[in-house]
Amino acid sequence: MAEYKRPESLKKTPSGFCPGCMHSLATKLIAEVIGEMGQANNCVHIVPVGCSTLNLAYWQGDLLGAAHGRAPAVATGFKRSNPDRLVFAYQGDGDLAAIGLAEIMGAANRGENFTVIFFNNQTYGMTGGQMAPTTLIGQKTTTTRNGRDAETTGYPMKMCELISTLEAPAFVARYALNTPKGCKDAKKAIRKAFEIQMAGKGFTFIELLGNCPTNWGLSPLKTLEYMESNTIPYFVPGVYKDKYKDEVK
Amino acid sequence: MLNINTSLCKGCSYCIKFCPKKILEMGTERNKHGHFFPYITNESDCIACAMCATICPEGAIEISKEETNNG
Ligand SMILES: Cc1ncc(C[n+]2csc(CCOP(=O)(O)OP(=O)(O)O)c2C)c(N)n1
Ligand code: SF4
Ligand code: SF4
Ligand code: SF4
Ligand SMILES: [Mg+2]
Repeated sequence: MAEYKRPESLKKTPSGFCPGCMHSLATKLIAEVIGEMGQANNCVHIVPVGCSTLNLAYWQGDLLGAAHGRAPAVATGFKRSNPDRLVFAYQGDGDLAAIGLAEIMGAANRGENFTVIFFNNQTYGMTGGQMAPTTLIGQKTTTTRNGRDAETTGYPMKMCELISTLEAPAFVARYALNTPKGCKDAKKAIRKAFEIQMAGKGFTFIELLGNCPTNWGLSPLKTLEYMESNTIPYFVPGVYKDKYKDEVK
Repeated sequence: MLNINTSLCKGCSYCIKFCPKKILEMGTERNKHGHFFPYITNESDCIACAMCATICPEGAIEISKEETNNG
């Protein structure tokens, strides 16, 4: 018999996300881990720009807003001056892989001791569904009307793969939120990342594959299938780097 | 015991899709935000696996150990 209680880091009111949006699911999973670790009063949620800003009215606890793409820079300053706080930046794919590409690569390369949770829904959700660097080849968006074409816009950027080539990062992993199993794996990875951070062992990066039912133009249920047959084969889930895997706890 | 906080529900149907016992169904009533919400058809078949609660984006489903009074 399992028990389940809604985590305390979520306000008792509905989220601002669209029906079936996995931003809401990701936020809930992070809140569960924070609750299980007893970190609700010690954590700081760095909020970037994108639909994740809806957490400003939903997350119960300390939040810090950053300019578009600059969450890792803000997190760097905050964590360096408050080393005992659990700090995580929660960034979308437009925020992290487009406008904020320099900040994420810099922070990862310096091995900053905080966690980035990267929500990849393959589009700019908040601004109406434009192409993101992560948009799949052939995927229709408001700026790729006939589907993304590699000839003119390049290929979808694989952030876990890129970051795992750097020397400094401690733990890099990707999971998909379209099944309960994926959610459980994601939760374990988030927990591991937070534990590495609290042990002062460096930069951790968790990519969560998610959806945007509103701008994909699919019902929430249909996005689950779309992810299974399109998103997951390209952005393969798994652990990309685990520096301390051989260490006995 | 399964409790669906219907005012938090957004009607996505994820819980219905992943219930291994197929005992969740979408209702025909709307909550105050205009969303349909699910109900449990046969609570005595619930195995408290928490698949529904795990995938619910809104944290609208809670599961507690107390048994329902079926008497
Ligand atoms: C400096 C600046 N440029 C552009 C914008 C407009 N803008 C707001 S959100 C966004 C993209 C967000 O996409 P993503 O990070 O993928 O978040 P999602 O909404 O998909 O979760 C853009 C370009 C802005 N707010 N600030
Ligand atoms: S626009 Fe897309 S990403 Fe933003 S809340 Fe709605 S479904 Fe989620
Ligand atoms: S706990 Fe399991 S069996 Fe019970 S309603 Fe939820 S998914 Fe179905
Ligand atoms: S998963 Fe949650 S939000 Fe979606 S229909 Fe079920 S109870 Fe409602
Ligand atoms: Mg996005």
